[in-house]
Amino acid sequence: MSATWTAIGQIGIVVLVLAVVHRPLGDHMFRVLTSPRHLAVERVGYRVMRVDPDAEQRWSTYLLSVLGFSLASVLVLFGLGRLQDRLPLDIGMAPLDPAGAWNTAVSFVTNTNWQWYSGEAAAGHLFQMAGLAVQNFVSAAVGIAVVAALARGFARHGTDSRVGNFWADLVRVTVRVLLPLAFVAALVLVAGGVIQNLSAHAEIGTLAGGTQSVLGGPVASQEAIKELGTNGGGFFNANSAHPFENPTPWTNALEVVLLLLIPFSLPRTFGRMVGDRRQGWAILAAMSTLWVAAVGLLTWAELAGPGLVPAAAGGAMEGKEVRFGEAASALFAASTTMTSTGAVNSMHDSLTAPGGGVALVGMLLGEVSPGGVGSGLYGMVVLIIVAVFLAGLMVGRTPEYLGKKIGRQEITLVALYVLTMPAVVLIGSAIAISVPAGLAGQLQGGPHGLSEIVYAFASAGNNNGSAFGGLTTGTPFYNTLLGLAMLVGRFVPIALVLALAGRLASQRKVPEGAGTLPTHTPLFVGLLVTVTLVVVGLTFVPVLSLGPVVESLS
Amino acid sequence: MSTTLLEKPRTVAAAPTTLSPGQLATALPGALRGLDPRRLWDSPVMFVVEVGAAFTTVLAVVEPSAFAWSITVWLWLTVLFATLAESVAEGRGKAQAASLRATQRETTARKVVGPDTVEVASSSLRVGDVVVVVAGETIPGDGDVIEGVASVDESAITGESAPVIRESGGDRSAVTGGTVVLSDRIVVRITAPAGHTFVDRMIALVEGSERQKTPNEVALNVLLTTLTIIFLLAVVTLQPFAVYSGARQPLIVLVALLVCLIPTTIGALLSAIGIAGMDRLVRRNVLAMSGRAVEAAGDVDVLLLDKTGTITLGNRQAADLLPAAGVDPALLADAAQLSSMADETPEGRSVLVLVKERFGLRERHDLAGAELVPFAARTRMSGVDLPGRSVRKGAAAAVIRWVRSTGGHAGDDVAATVDAISASGGTPLVVAEQLDAGPARVLGVIHLKDVVKEGMRERFDALRAMGIRTVMVTGDNPLTARAIGLEAGVDDVLAEATPEDKLALIRREQEGGRLVAMAGDGTNDAPALAQADVGVAMNTGTTAAKEAGNMVDLDSNPTKLLEIVEIGKQLLITRGALTTFSVANDVAKYFAILPAMFVVAFPQLGVLNVMHLTSPQSAILSAVVFNALVIVALLPLALRGVRYTPSSASALLRRNLLVYGLGGVIAPFLGIKLIDLLVTALGMS
Repeated sequence: MSATWTAIGQIGIVVLVLAVVHRPLGDHMFRVLTSPRHLAVERVGYRVMRVDPDAEQRWSTYLLSVLGFSLASVLVLFGLGRLQDRLPLDIGMAPLDPAGAWNTAVSFVTNTNWQWYSGEAAAGHLFQMAGLAVQNFVSAAVGIAVVAALARGFARHGTDSRVGNFWADLVRVTVRVLLPLAFVAALVLVAGGVIQNLSAHAEIGTLAGGTQSVLGGPVASQEAIKELGTNGGGFFNANSAHPFENPTPWTNALEVVLLLLIPFSLPRTFGRMVGDRRQGWAILAAMSTLWVAAVGLLTWAELAGPGLVPAAAGGAMEGKEVRFGEAASALFAASTTMTSTGAVNSMHDSLTAPGGGVALVGMLLGEVSPGGVGSGLYGMVVLIIVAVFLAGLMVGRTPEYLGKKIGRQEITLVALYVLTMPAVVLIGSAIAISVPAGLAGQLQGGPHGLSEIVYAFASAGNNNGSAFGGLTTGTPFYNTLLGLAMLVGRFVPIALVLALAGRLASQRKVPEGAGTLPTHTPLFVGLLVTVTLVVVGLTFVPVLSLGPVVESLS
Repeated sequence: MSTTLLEKPRTVAAAPTTLSPGQLATALPGALRGLDPRRLWDSPVMFVVEVGAAFTTVLAVVEPSAFAWSITVWLWLTVLFATLAESVAEGRGKAQAASLRATQRETTARKVVGPDTVEVASSSLRVGDVVVVVAGETIPGDGDVIEGVASVDESAITGESAPVIRESGGDRSAVTGGTVVLSDRIVVRITAPAGHTFVDRMIALVEGSERQKTPNEVALNVLLTTLTIIFLLAVVTLQPFAVYSGARQPLIVLVALLVCLIPTTIGALLSAIGIAGMDRLVRRNVLAMSGRAVEAAGDVDVLLLDKTGTITLGNRQAADLLPAAGVDPALLADAAQLSSMADETPEGRSVLVLVKERFGLRERHDLAGAELVPFAARTRMSGVDLPGRSVRKGAAAAVIRWVRSTGGHAGDDVAATVDAISASGGTPLVVAEQLDAGPARVLGVIHLKDVVKEGMRERFDALRAMGIRTVMVTGDNPLTARAIGLEAGVDDVLAEATPEDKLALIRREQEGGRLVAMAGDGTNDAPALAQADVGVAMNTGTTAAKEAGNMVDLDSNPTKLLEIVEIGKQLLITRGALTTFSVANDVAKYFAILPAMFVVAFPQLGVLNVMHLTSPQSAILSAVVFNALVIVALLPLALRGVRYTPSSASALLRRNLLVYGLGGVIAPFLGIKLIDLLVTALGMS
């Protein structure tokens, strides 16, 4: 019983903190994204990049800027990874192989932070700080920039599809939102016991009389943005299960709050940008419903510990840290898979069968509850448009959302968006499970092995980055294929969302009337949650039935 | 108040709500033609089903089994039911088209050439030709009357047997080819070449041969196609997972799963819904020139309605008698009746009705020696001269002038009453009497006012609940207009409206993003009709008006606008409801098929067989059969349209989600179980 109360208490604290913080943070981001003023430091940045931050871009230019910036980022990361042994602060790490460098570069640029390697065994300090940490900031900023462009698409009417300036959005979000938040969060984490230094390996004598090589590093600063930007790439292989990254239950709760913070605050920002706060509340309600349901289910699964092994061992503690226990591990697992963060504080491979299933479904819903920084919100808006299309017809009007008609072109963009992720996940997993190179990485066969492979592609295709574990993915086969999955899973949706933003911005506004479908009511929120579960979920029912479902019923 | 705005169509039978076997039989040849893959390509969902059916046919031939053939047959039936639905929907317009075609017999036209007329074939007429038509002859083509007046029997197109008057000039000059002149002689200038006449267009419309997909239909098709592709991916990639799991699936089972998952219900009925929507309009005697306009009707935000004939009965009627100071009301009533004996106008007759109702005054036959003074534009009075008594009734100024000319005078109270009536938007008629050539005196005032049609307020309330604003358009002064607007319950009035004002109002509303519907008949309405998103021209109107609008109401009943809006909404609701139903069905189908597919490899999946279906094969077959039969079961609904009650968007959504969303989840559980019992009993699996 006490375990249940601990679980409820932890969830309660997280919810309370988010409830207090999401409004001021959402309002702050609204001001950042709409203010006409530039900070001095930002001006310097614009001058260096030679861009005019006040020049409004059409959606196509905006998209080219996103793609150009991301391509440059991939090249820089690839270079840093390949050449890290010739650069300072390499702490003796060898260069990454081409497939590995490609995978890591794509992984961090797409905000996935899938790690095929062990941080402490493959990445030097410079690569971590100048490469990966920088991407932790800017890849998150790209997500917010894209959703800002979409919000402007709704807010503007009759323009020639101009949706803002990518460079201004990128710089502002980084400078005014992510850096200050990460700075404060890092200090709190250090206070909580997370390490922050530049030391290399140190030899330590253990209690048993042996010696162990322990690596130090700038962990707290990485840890803060890792959670805040829903990145998830750990400094250490054990990620947030490592005591240097996440030493106590308190830092654990803080990390959960950090990874949920921006995704849960953005609906407020969106509501204010489109001039109707109620719309923000509705989105928040839908996201929260799914998140609470997932946390509840996963916590129940881990506490109840169904299955032969947990029953025999008296609890589902395999793969979990004793200092966190089942409840805190479940809370973290649900939050990290539903925010596209991918940080882990336990081994997801060792979650109970239904628990692992919930984590998997959390990603397969398309990372919208609340999803990644920015990407979760634009994903949710896309689903809203699907819901509005069906519901709008049922009230006898051509569907519209926020005063914009959803016609052929809009629904085509939305439909392609909805199609992309399942295509990536299903095709990727089907290839991997059919070829020897794919099956070679499996730790186990059977339904669990299937879950491992599907989880890997769900994680990559949804830019989550968490690993089920078990599957050895550091092979050229997986590095290449998963890299491709991450790339398509990130940039195809972004391109479609920006095209949608451009279409919407050029539309005239339809005034709201009594015949307009209200999109802020509990009824609509319920519909949205159902559409998310049914339209997206139905796609994966067959394959899930062969993995987690079969396992759960064993 | 009735719960629906829809009036019973007056001239054509209501759409049948059930399908007769005969109807299905006549539709069968069309349905078989529809199986042509080139025609099915337009409906990607059904195309996929057909490809699947062809595939299973090959499989069944190569490896015959009762199961394989059962599945194959039912997959073909699924496709056939879809084409049958479209064929049935089209068939309903065919009968009407046939009767229209009958009016298109080749006739002889008497074409005016110089001073003479020559007889030519009606098909040889060109635009601009002038023909003469006399009583008993069929009008050879569409045109405008340029000379004469005639009564014309238009029942061939409108179904209305009472003849209508067609005359040169004004707003009743348009005649339609194929209609018959009953009296007199008219000269007509042809305005449409043979083959492109109004009747030709009507035939094409009711037959659906010119049918193009409407914007929303196209958008929905995009969504359905995407769902199909997603499920195609899910099913195609399932085989590798199944092989890995040691449960390789027969291809026939995978095809069955695919067909059950893709939205076949809506895919099969989508075009039938569109055709039936147009057909519902036709049955109400409205011809939509494009499906686009029908869809737009569902979205209308503002309705412009002419006051006269639409909101009010069209004529001013006596509403009250207000005696002057010291005059017995009965005396006023008597005088009012006398003075109206010679007044053949509707206003005059309404005075007789009023005094009969209020004072029990019957028609009088004791008028020996009476001399009726008819209304004249010069005097603006009417009345009667009896021996020793003259009574006059007319416009206040005219009657008072007459009173003064006899040496009498009107009291101040009369002037006050007259002003009060004018201020309230009514028309005052003053009644005066002269006895024995003495000075005349004013007896009182008749209050004439526009009478609002019964039930209009309720209709406007219903429209408001739907989010539609009504604007009354009238030539009256603002005062009168406001008074009537208030009484009728419209949201806004446009007074002293010129055609330019109307056009400007429409443009202004459209600038604000609103969709506007209006009805009109005159040539001067044409620009506004063209500008409006939904412009309904009256069939009695001019050719210009008919060409400007995107719909024509054959009954020339402007209130039809309300029904058009409802049909537009019903069309969209039906599409949305069936799509939701179709997608919601998938939940139950998963519960039927997935355990059946994998229960051999993973016996624990048997738990998911919540319907306790007999065997894996019967489960799969039952799902396929249900999937096919639900198309037939829902065909009547697709043709009739989902019931629509005007109410707020939230209420509509709640109801439809409950019926078609939740119903769509539950229905297949029951249906599949039932079919499984039957299949088992018949030993088909």
